[in-house]
Amino acid sequence: MLHNNKTLLCSATALMATLLATGSAQAGETMEAVKERGQVVCGVSTGLPGFSTPDDQGNWEGIDVDVCHGVAAAVFGDASKVQFVPLNAKERFTALQSGEIDVLSRNTTWTATRDTTLGLNFTGVSFYDGQGFLVKESLGIDSAKQLDGAAFCVQSGTTTELNLADYFQAHDMSFEPVVFDTSDQTVGGFEAGRCDVLTSDTSQLNALRIKLADPSGAKVLPEVISKEPLGPVVRQGDDQWFNAVKWTLFAMINAEEMGISSENADELKNSEKPGIARFMGSEGNFGQAMGLPADWAYSIVSQVGNYGEVFDRNVGAGSPLNIERGINALWTEGGIQYAPPIR
Amino acid sequence: MTTPSSPPPRGETPPFWRDPAKRALLFQALMLAALFAVIGFIVSNTLENLDARGITTGFGFLNDTAGFGIVQSLIDYTPQSSYGRTFMVGLLNTLLVSALGIFAATVIGFLMGIARLSPNWLIARIAGAYVEIFRNIPLLLQIFFWYFAVLRSLPSPRQSMSLGEAVFLNIRGLVVPAPVGGAGFGWTLVALAVAVIAAIVLVRWNRRRQEATGDRLPAGWISAGMIVALPALVFVVSGMPLTWDIPKLGGFNFSGGITVLPELLALWLALSIYTGAFIAEIVRSGIQAVSKGQTEASRALSLSGGMTLRLVVIPQAMRVIIPPLTSQYLNLIKNSSLATAIGYPDLVSVFAGTTLNQTGQAIEVIMMTMAVYLTLSLLVSMFMNWFNARMALVER
Repeated sequence: MLHNNKTLLCSATALMATLLATGSAQAGETMEAVKERGQVVCGVSTGLPGFSTPDDQGNWEGIDVDVCHGVAAAVFGDASKVQFVPLNAKERFTALQSGEIDVLSRNTTWTATRDTTLGLNFTGVSFYDGQGFLVKESLGIDSAKQLDGAAFCVQSGTTTELNLADYFQAHDMSFEPVVFDTSDQTVGGFEAGRCDVLTSDTSQLNALRIKLADPSGAKVLPEVISKEPLGPVVRQGDDQWFNAVKWTLFAMINAEEMGISSENADELKNSEKPGIARFMGSEGNFGQAMGLPADWAYSIVSQVGNYGEVFDRNVGAGSPLNIERGINALWTEGGIQYAPPIR
Repeated sequence: MTTPSSPPPRGETPPFWRDPAKRALLFQALMLAALFAVIGFIVSNTLENLDARGITTGFGFLNDTAGFGIVQSLIDYTPQSSYGRTFMVGLLNTLLVSALGIFAATVIGFLMGIARLSPNWLIARIAGAYVEIFRNIPLLLQIFFWYFAVLRSLPSPRQSMSLGEAVFLNIRGLVVPAPVGGAGFGWTLVALAVAVIAAIVLVRWNRRRQEATGDRLPAGWISAGMIVALPALVFVVSGMPLTWDIPKLGGFNFSGGITVLPELLALWLALSIYTGAFIAEIVRSGIQAVSKGQTEASRALSLSGGMTLRLVVIPQAMRVIIPPLTSQYLNLIKNSSLATAIGYPDLVSVFAGTTLNQTGQAIEVIMMTMAVYLTLSLLVSMFMNWFNARMALVER
């Protein structure tokens, strides 16, 4: 009896301790925890070329990965202080809600439901995407309108799953969804012939196509059926951390617009031009309110690069994906990437 | 009464804290109160935290439109159905694979368990090898084996393997003709139900008659004949109102007929073969637990071989078999949740997977899912306990 009571009491105490420990998110809490830990814990995908994927030495690379490096550079002045946690689509929000990761940078589409009901906030758009279809050349199909009755490999828990149903209802066609947990499994199903079509964001389809055994045997159909603004996500209620992540991305975009790159950042560091001086932190201190050092933006650009560099290196002309800038170009160059000024 | 230390005077009860029985009761009441307080605290604290973090709570989401497709549903489902409907679809898919699995595992288990005791060296060894191989490889690997190694290597729909141009097997699954009942087919089903009820009544009446008079009819044969003949007669008389919907290849895949998904096939195969190996061992141990003297005694009473098995060995073996068999059934139901690994749309994949992710209401969804598995397990347990009580030997 005594023994039983003790055991129960112990477990009850342990439980309560756990529950009390998970208090609500408060301003400054995340930044403090990150600084104390000495690392930013960043949730990424389980492997998607161009966005977040480990290279042959096991180092993570991609646009989403560089956003995390940017945050680390802003906080610590050292872009390498990041720990990456690979997550599948179903795990990602829970991992962020529970505090397992500090920022989710995992080709995640910004939608009203996710922004308002999950206790999370999207900090911006790092890549404007849209959903498309990848089919085998041998099917002889050149429009999504010909896909009535086809089987689709799709990743579980994504907006893709919802858009697919919407599109087929709108066009009064039927479809068979074959749902897998990871992006690799969907590719496996497509290659084996379990489904006729692989559907995902078009950038991902381009990325996944080059992973196929025979990339030239498959093609992306011209239709883009949805808007998929992808961006980093943080927990709601911690505005300081929210600002830090949001302005990391803005700094990258502003840098490209101002012509600051990783190559000329050191030269421009002591520039007298007011805009550049504010950016470099030699005039004013825009980092302070976010809990960042004065030269936070300089650290981001010198170590990670501006948005254009990051884009080219990971998904653009300088990468095997070779995706055009398109709407992801700066607003000054016909695109829609636009950042508020640093002042 | 004669000890010098003052015992409580006769007729006067000791104070309750000196009475161990009442003290224990008090402690238990306190424990219970503390437990409820802790549970109450956990619930209110969770709700407060969720609220503070701006995470939506409550079960209102069950009425919202789901907006995603599900590849297999036993009830009407479209992407315009509600999240509550996805719960039902997932639940029925779980029940389907569990029921199929329990049936197949029981058949395989009993066959293999008896085969292990066969005097035929080869049969016994094959059964032994089956048991040792399949119960010692993790279930998830077996599911992957059937799905990725076996079913993934099947041909595309256009190169399907076919049986008489009616049954087709390809990477999209097994396509079989679907029976379509015409007008008046309902009468055949009614006849079948009547025959089954009549058979049950006959068997019971026969048992009572045997106990009273010692005479017995071959009730088993009569019942079997009745169950086959009666519906067949009605079927013919009503003009054979049944047609077959033969699958036809068109567009991307076969249309018409019934498609058994490869995910369902893989999961069913893996669950039945894995659990069957355990059941085989349970059956073998049950039969071996009946002492040889019982068989010899029934032979001495000049019972035939079949009667010895049916009336002496099996009733006693069942006492040993049923309780562990129940656990295997429960395991199978719970293991069916591994479906999510290969994308079979069961409760965990559809509801605790996609629905959870689209709504973000993890606590509600996971609680509902856990409640389902708990309820299913308790129901199966209750049924098996009832069955066990019926099978138990009545000592006279």
